[in-house]
Amino acid sequence: MRVKCLLIIAAVLLLSAGLAFGQSVKQMSVTVKETQVRATPSYMGKILAVLVYGERVDVLAEQRGWARVRLDSGEGWVHLSALTTKRIVLQSGSRDVGSGASSGEVALAGKGFNQEVEDKYKKDNNLDYTWVDRMGAFAVTPEQVLAFLEQGGLNTEIGGAQ
Amino acid sequence: MRLAHQRQYPLKPIRRLRSLGLVPVVLTGIALTGCASLDLGDVFEIAQKSAPAVQKSFEDITPEQEYYIGRAVGATILGQYSPYTEPEPTEYLNLLGRTLAFASDRPETFGGYHFLILDSEEINAFAAPGGLIFISRGLLACADSEDRVAAILAHEIAHVVEQHGLQAIKKSRVTSALTSVAIASAQTAGSDELAKLTTVFEDSIGDITSTLVNSGYSRAFEKEADLMAVEILKRVGYDPNALVRMLEVMETRLEPGGPDFAKTHPEPKVRIAEIRKVLAEAPAPPVQAERQARYQAALGNL
Repeated sequence: MRVKCLLIIAAVLLLSAGLAFGQSVKQMSVTVKETQVRATPSYMGKILAVLVYGERVDVLAEQRGWARVRLDSGEGWVHLSALTTKRIVLQSGSRDVGSGASSGEVALAGKGFNQEVEDKYKKDNNLDYTWVDRMGAFAVTPEQVLAFLEQGGLNTEIGGAQ
Repeated sequence: MRLAHQRQYPLKPIRRLRSLGLVPVVLTGIALTGCASLDLGDVFEIAQKSAPAVQKSFEDITPEQEYYIGRAVGATILGQYSPYTEPEPTEYLNLLGRTLAFASDRPETFGGYHFLILDSEEINAFAAPGGLIFISRGLLACADSEDRVAAILAHEIAHVVEQHGLQAIKKSRVTSALTSVAIASAQTAGSDELAKLTTVFEDSIGDITSTLVNSGYSRAFEKEADLMAVEILKRVGYDPNALVRMLEVMETRLEPGGPDFAKTHPEPKVRIAEIRKVLAEAPAPPVQAERQARYQAALGNL
């Protein structure tokens, strides 16, 4: 019984060490067109940098929906809804695509439903995308949101990790 | 608030990490306290059960693909309804909607949340995957305050957060789009492949729009969206009972057999009963003058 116990403890410690190591080098990819890195885990935090689709970041910690990421100079926060644990491969010829696509760890940008499919679908169905494009261009800045919340007597801490 | 069925990303990575983080703690606890009743087989079985299962489903549709699906659904809806193009109401709706989306569990989508008014007397709203949200003038006319408009938008945002639209796509199509047909760029795509993929795309859009326009979501999805809307309203500081008050007005205005919410949504009284299970009745908070003034200025004369 004692030997069995020791074996279990050894296995557990090994497993813990392995998992801890895995977490310390965690990388995530930007899964939206563009996202902002902020000084604090809040949409009202100062913007330090902008990341685009497919960029990879080292994630140092996570806090209530936000990831603390490493920047060239210092650190910042990105909302986890803008990140994925999958590696996003922008180049179709990359070796990563072939080796990882089946494991579900790699997402190939532009694969499947993409701009080409949209173009053909639009043409085949004679659809007008004018207002869809206009909608996509409606922009609201965090400053406008903050002013809107303040003026309306609402909670200015929304979307934060506080 | 955690709902029973949660959307899978970005929460999936968070949950996965959390569960991984717990494994060593749990296992250490077992090892130190439960040696007499466990052997290695049990330990590894527990570890294995913590690992997430890999399967192809709507959750494997990337946000980028979701974006193209949403645009096509939006274009299809705009083939049936005209947009209401006045800039001031549209800007107000986008400011309010974006504010609510920031407070949701999924503030960021590939192309972001955008809102458009449909020039229709129908009481109707559509949330296309990825965050293109359409609200009819008839539905906005059921509201008389910012809080109530917020309730409508929060419900639609919840459909996007929970990816209810993507779940309307037949599973076989998702599988064929994600596995058998894969094209990456103009250089690699043959015209046959593109034609096949576009057919799958077209059928997927058909699944979603016929659900949005004709059959409606399940009662469970509507309940989920209502409860998440209540949570979003609370987070931002709006009256969570505003959703119930909207539904009470809709109850009096929806006509049986109508082409709108009367066809695609559970009866308002059914939805109210579900909301009442988690939200106590409360008197409306005092009207905040500036909030009401800006609502009136933007949507009062719609």
